[in-house]
Amino acid sequence: MAKRIDVKDLNLFYGKFHAVDQVSLAVPPRNVTAFIGPSGCGKSTVLRSLNRMHEVIPGARAEGKVLLDGEDIYASTVDPVSVRRTIGMVFQRPNPFPTMSIRDNVVAGLKLAGLRDRKKLDEVAERALRGANLWAEVKDRLNRPGGGLSGGQQQRLCIARAIAVQPDVLLMDEPCSALDPISTLAIEDLIQELKKDFTIVIVTHNMQQAARVSDQTAFFNLAGVGQPGRLIELDDTEKIFSNPTQKATEDYISGRFG
Amino acid sequence: MSDSDTVGRPGAPGLAGGPRGGAAPDTAPEAPITPTPQGSDGDPAKPTKVITRPGDKIFKTLTVGSGVFVVVMIALIGIFLLIQAIPSLADNNANFLFSRDWNADPANLAFGVLDLLLVTIFSSVFALIIAMPVSLGIALFLTQYAPRRLARPFAYLVDLLAAVPSIIYGLWGAYVLAPALSPISKWLNEYLGFIPLFASGSSNLVIGQTIFTAGIVLAVMLLPIITAITREVFDRTPPMQVEGALALGATKWEVIRTTVLPFGRAGYISASMLGLGRALGETIAVLIILSSTTKHFSFSLFDGGDTIASKIARAAQEFNDPRGAGAYIAAGLVLFVLTFVVNAFARSIISGHKEYE
Repeated sequence: MAKRIDVKDLNLFYGKFHAVDQVSLAVPPRNVTAFIGPSGCGKSTVLRSLNRMHEVIPGARAEGKVLLDGEDIYASTVDPVSVRRTIGMVFQRPNPFPTMSIRDNVVAGLKLAGLRDRKKLDEVAERALRGANLWAEVKDRLNRPGGGLSGGQQQRLCIARAIAVQPDVLLMDEPCSALDPISTLAIEDLIQELKKDFTIVIVTHNMQQAARVSDQTAFFNLAGVGQPGRLIELDDTEKIFSNPTQKATEDYISGRFG
Repeated sequence: MSDSDTVGRPGAPGLAGGPRGGAAPDTAPEAPITPTPQGSDGDPAKPTKVITRPGDKIFKTLTVGSGVFVVVMIALIGIFLLIQAIPSLADNNANFLFSRDWNADPANLAFGVLDLLLVTIFSSVFALIIAMPVSLGIALFLTQYAPRRLARPFAYLVDLLAAVPSIIYGLWGAYVLAPALSPISKWLNEYLGFIPLFASGSSNLVIGQTIFTAGIVLAVMLLPIITAITREVFDRTPPMQVEGALALGATKWEVIRTTVLPFGRAGYISASMLGLGRALGETIAVLIILSSTTKHFSFSLFDGGDTIASKIARAAQEFNDPRGAGAYIAAGLVLFVLTFVVNAFARSIISGHKEYE
């Protein structure tokens, strides 16, 4: 677990539209990498390409290489389903399965992988919920529907669901954008905890959040509407926010953008 | 779009919302715009007059009128059935609900609805059992598997099934399907005849005017109804849910199992119930297909007989005496109540599922 990711010359398309141009970057293991940039710059698209979720949109395709500990997840012999089982994802809005109980939500991934042993599943559910800092709040109502939790709890439930399968990498697509500040803080604290075990890539619109949670930050930008997004700069978070190399990065983080 | 970007400037966390707060004193205070009732307490007995515009009044009257119209219509139909049925029921020499014989001779009324009711429910449920899985398959194919270019015309084709008049289904069932089914009926009867369902019934298997044939024709008639609604519901599966399942490493079938089916279950069941309501009331196709019989219904698919609706239709030309007609109208009342119950059941399933949405 906790593998590194190397992206090489990645180009992403939606049909004829060239969404992301020539991105190359490296994400070390047990490390939080934040993707920042204006809307439409392709940061979410790049994130989704890291576990082959990009291609589930009709017409979307990817060119280039994404290496997970040296193995190309876009190789023709690789099954996208197995890629997604080792690279977990948390979405912008909490999306627990509404018809499943809290416990069943957490172990949904394991059940998909074929694990049926009740005792084992209960163990994993508890471990994952503890890992997501949710155990204390839900331990008395594991059999109630997951939709009954608050937004922040639902998002932590989704994180529990993602880490229950012990993925190599955890991708987070603006995980706090639908949450209030207290829930956001809880998730940010959790990210610091999870960093010990997982490689984390997070897309965020909130630059303070990027500054708080990440070890390295990637800034994406686009030249204009209809133009492909590009990776402008990737460096240590501290450096990006204090002394970026690129003018565009500095303009963006200091709010002088656009 | 980028409002949070400026807020996120490092070293200036207190800046958020500052400009907005500063703008507040410039705007007029709210109180004068909407005076509260307590503010003008000169005459507490007089309620504040609500101003309504003529357009609102007319539109409201029209919509309320339409709503009331439907309720009144249903009530009137029920009352009509009751008033017409009561004299005949009073003169009935047999137990209406439990007698299995139907004698609507005005001179000696002795009619019971039980056999008709059983055939009605039996044939409709049989049709539903066939139509439900097939409709589910079609709806899943159209929403999940079919290429987009194919899905639209194909869905249109399924909808067209609903536009075929039921007399055509009846003719097709009686003259094409019935003889074609006879080898299957014979095989089922010969090898599975020990099960009451496939035992020899009152109808000739070679001609095929059986509940078996009628049920299959009914099933085809239900397909478009169930498929159309189920397809709509499946199409509305939240993409977030689907992505959540995909991101966990779900295959296509697992995505359907974990998101599409649980999400669409209530819609699918209520669609089926609507279909059942349709099958219960279907008249002309059943009338043409089923052979009339004087024997009692024996719970075999190879029985003939009559449903409530087909029995009424068969006798409709001979309604010359209000007492005789009243017997049929009483049967109609039972059908009316039955469809009501089925629809209420469908509604209760939908409302019971709301907590998940």
